[in-house]
Amino acid sequence: MSVVLEQIFQVGFLAAIIRIATPLAFATLGEMFSERAGVLNLGIEGIMLLSAMTGFTATSLSGSLWLGVLAAVLTGALMGAVHALFTVALGLSQHVCGIGVTLFSSGLAYFLYRLIFGQQSVPPSIKSFETLPIPVLSDIPVVGPAVFNQFSLVYMAMAAVPLAAFVLYRTPWGLSVRMVGENPRAADSAGVGVIATRFQAVILGGALMGLAGAFLSMVQFNAFTFGLVSGRGWVAIALVVFGRWDPWRSAGAALLFAFVDALQLRMQASGLGHIPYEAFLMLPFIFTIVAMAVMSRNAVAPSALLKPFRREER
Amino acid sequence: MSTPAPLIEMRGISKGFGAVMANEGVDLSVAQGEILGLLGENGAGKTTLMNVLFGAYAPDAGEILVQGRPVTINSSADALAAGIGMVHQHFHLAPRLSVLENLLIGIPGKSGRIDRAGGLARLAEIGRQHGLTLDPNRPVSALSIGEQQRLEIVKALFRGARLLILDEPTAVLAPTEVDGLFSALRSMAAQGLGIIFISHKLNEVRALTHRCVVLRHGRVTGRVDAPASTTSSEMARLMCGHEIVPPARGPSTPGAAVLTLDAISTSRHSGMALRDVSISVRAGEILGIAGVSGNGQRALAEVISGVTAPDAGRMTIAGKAVSRFSSREVQALGLGRIPEDRMTTGLVTNLPLADSMVLPRIGTAAFSRNGLLRPDAIRAFAEAQIKAYDIRCPGPMTRAGALSGGNLQKALLARELAFDPKVLIVSQPTRGLDIGAARFIHEKFLDMRARGCGIVVIGEDLEELLMLCDRIAVMYEGRIVGTLDSADATIARLGLMMTGAEGHS
Ligand SMILES: Nc1ncnc2c1ncn2[C@@H]1O[C@H](COP(=O)(O)OP(=O)(O)O)[C@@H](O)[C@H]1O
Ligand SMILES: [Mg+2]
Repeated sequence: MSVVLEQIFQVGFLAAIIRIATPLAFATLGEMFSERAGVLNLGIEGIMLLSAMTGFTATSLSGSLWLGVLAAVLTGALMGAVHALFTVALGLSQHVCGIGVTLFSSGLAYFLYRLIFGQQSVPPSIKSFETLPIPVLSDIPVVGPAVFNQFSLVYMAMAAVPLAAFVLYRTPWGLSVRMVGENPRAADSAGVGVIATRFQAVILGGALMGLAGAFLSMVQFNAFTFGLVSGRGWVAIALVVFGRWDPWRSAGAALLFAFVDALQLRMQASGLGHIPYEAFLMLPFIFTIVAMAVMSRNAVAPSALLKPFRREER
Repeated sequence: MSTPAPLIEMRGISKGFGAVMANEGVDLSVAQGEILGLLGENGAGKTTLMNVLFGAYAPDAGEILVQGRPVTINSSADALAAGIGMVHQHFHLAPRLSVLENLLIGIPGKSGRIDRAGGLARLAEIGRQHGLTLDPNRPVSALSIGEQQRLEIVKALFRGARLLILDEPTAVLAPTEVDGLFSALRSMAAQGLGIIFISHKLNEVRALTHRCVVLRHGRVTGRVDAPASTTSSEMARLMCGHEIVPPARGPSTPGAAVLTLDAISTSRHSGMALRDVSISVRAGEILGIAGVSGNGQRALAEVISGVTAPDAGRMTIAGKAVSRFSSREVQALGLGRIPEDRMTTGLVTNLPLADSMVLPRIGTAAFSRNGLLRPDAIRAFAEAQIKAYDIRCPGPMTRAGALSGGNLQKALLARELAFDPKVLIVSQPTRGLDIGAARFIHEKFLDMRARGCGIVVIGEDLEELLMLCDRIAVMYEGRIVGTLDSADATIARLGLMMTGAEGHS
């Protein structure tokens, strides 16, 4: 056990937590915005994959990393708009449409990738972002190099959390989002456009999911593979519940999950040997299930989640 | 000089939902400083008309003028911009957000942020002006119904409403709260606000309004220029199209006890628990349970209808002891029940009316055979009841939730009475219903009494209880403080007992 404890306070271990947490944080915040407005987005898994693909492609064709990020964000926003079109404008089942978006986006990602890159023996890769040490802060022992010598997308995720909290709790638009997720009729009769607000929230959520995808293909793996997302989208949906639909708690949930995942990786490596590595792989997911079971007892979802709004219906 | 243009005028408004014409060619106007009463039975089209004015529904025909100028109102945002505010019957609030957040929704912020300081200042100002004070930081879920209504009124004023629509505001209030509401409304009218007040309680309309418009079946059937000097029966005639004669309760010859509770106590109950409650109801007798709500009425109703088992005490129905306290058991012994909350415990609002009407007896041979439902029998049963009770709806396959309150209550009554219960327990049987529907319900109760059914009526409306009941028991803090013969009971005496003072039978 002491081996494990030693590992935790290593720079590499802390840095690993941060890197695992970053895409989860983006994805969780994205899902949270959408759900706060009353729209469950099960398209998240596919949206992350498609964005990872478009980001990767844009970068490898143009050579510009930021152009890739932009492409991923736009892809996410677009797929968010598609989901909103079906669930908000047309009021169709959020479950069915979300799964549809995931299947469609994943299929499209594979198809376009094959179309553009063909079948290659060595998968194409890109030159990733460089880490960007923040002066002074990165000199703090242990924490400095782990937290403040990171990629710019990591810093963006760190900034996204307080920003999301500010937008949600302090701006009129954020209040509208919370209101349409709680009682759309109240928002409507207060002159707030329910359909417009939900569209905006789902699109913003999609854009954040796009950032999550961009991080995976452009920072973490420097390549696009079909198993790239491997359930991180589904995890994000659980983390939103775990984080009780709050930006800070959701980010905390992402960090906690990342901690368990990083720990699991270390345990695999540190030769607790004879146990098959698949057992360790399960660890973060078991953690998620247990955490969900415990936390979701007193978590209260936005009241109007899953409920389409039609004005003249009662 | 002609008189100035009215604040708001509606001309020739028509609105239909499918085949139902909810409004047909309605004209209506309100002047500044005027309180207009909008009267009508349930389903007359009052709410629909106001939703058209507030931009929630698009009218099929007609126009709306604000101070003489035609305006297009396509959304609530348009209505608010035109100075029209509305307090809906079912409040439009988000329970988990704070008072201030509910107030500031849709209000542009200051440099990108929610303008809390500005909101607090306006809230305090409106509070001072009309005596409508609220704690800005409490979540709406912690407010009483009266406070939530106050918040809705403040919300409208906050947005600069010059016309305030209130849809049956008194239906949810206790009598003392009504007084507070009326003085606030009078103060607003005195400052030049126009007010549309919807109610079907005639005494309220006569006390508060300057002028009345009466709707029936979507059309204007009467206009009353001096409500204070018009009799209630005259207004009732305009509303219902015929005289309303209060039913007379003849002398009764009660038989054997059909329901007895002997020293019933409950400990774990979400509301007030029961303490040592004993009552008995005989065949052909109506027993009233009076009391300020929250004094154990809910627990009492739940014990009698077999939803919760008591910790101590015994209960019999038609002479047989109740042992397991399940709804199925008490039902089999002959108990019928009309719960307090029609929508949530009464009917399944998303199922067809016909299914809801047979639900408690779905397993009986009348409606199922060999584990399969008999849709034809279910439908035929529902159709017969719809006819017998004049339940207004498109048909037995209508979603129960689409019915108006009065029609829902009729459906529930039909469902229970069709099986000739020996005992009937009802809570707040006519809350929210207009006089016509209430009379109908009362007559049915008296009918059942004449046929030897024992009835327990739980209610807050003392006038109604005095008219219906042979005896009235008063509940206070989970106990029965006393039982009076209704010949000896007066509103004053019951009112005193409801505060916990001992009475004697
Ligand atoms: N949203 C709706 N959809 C379908 N029918 C409706 C709707 N709103 C009202 N109605 C019907 O229109 C009629 C008038 O209803 P309403 O305006 O609620 O009456 P009131 O407020 O006077 O009780 C009723 O027959 C009702 O069933
Ligand atoms: Mg109404």
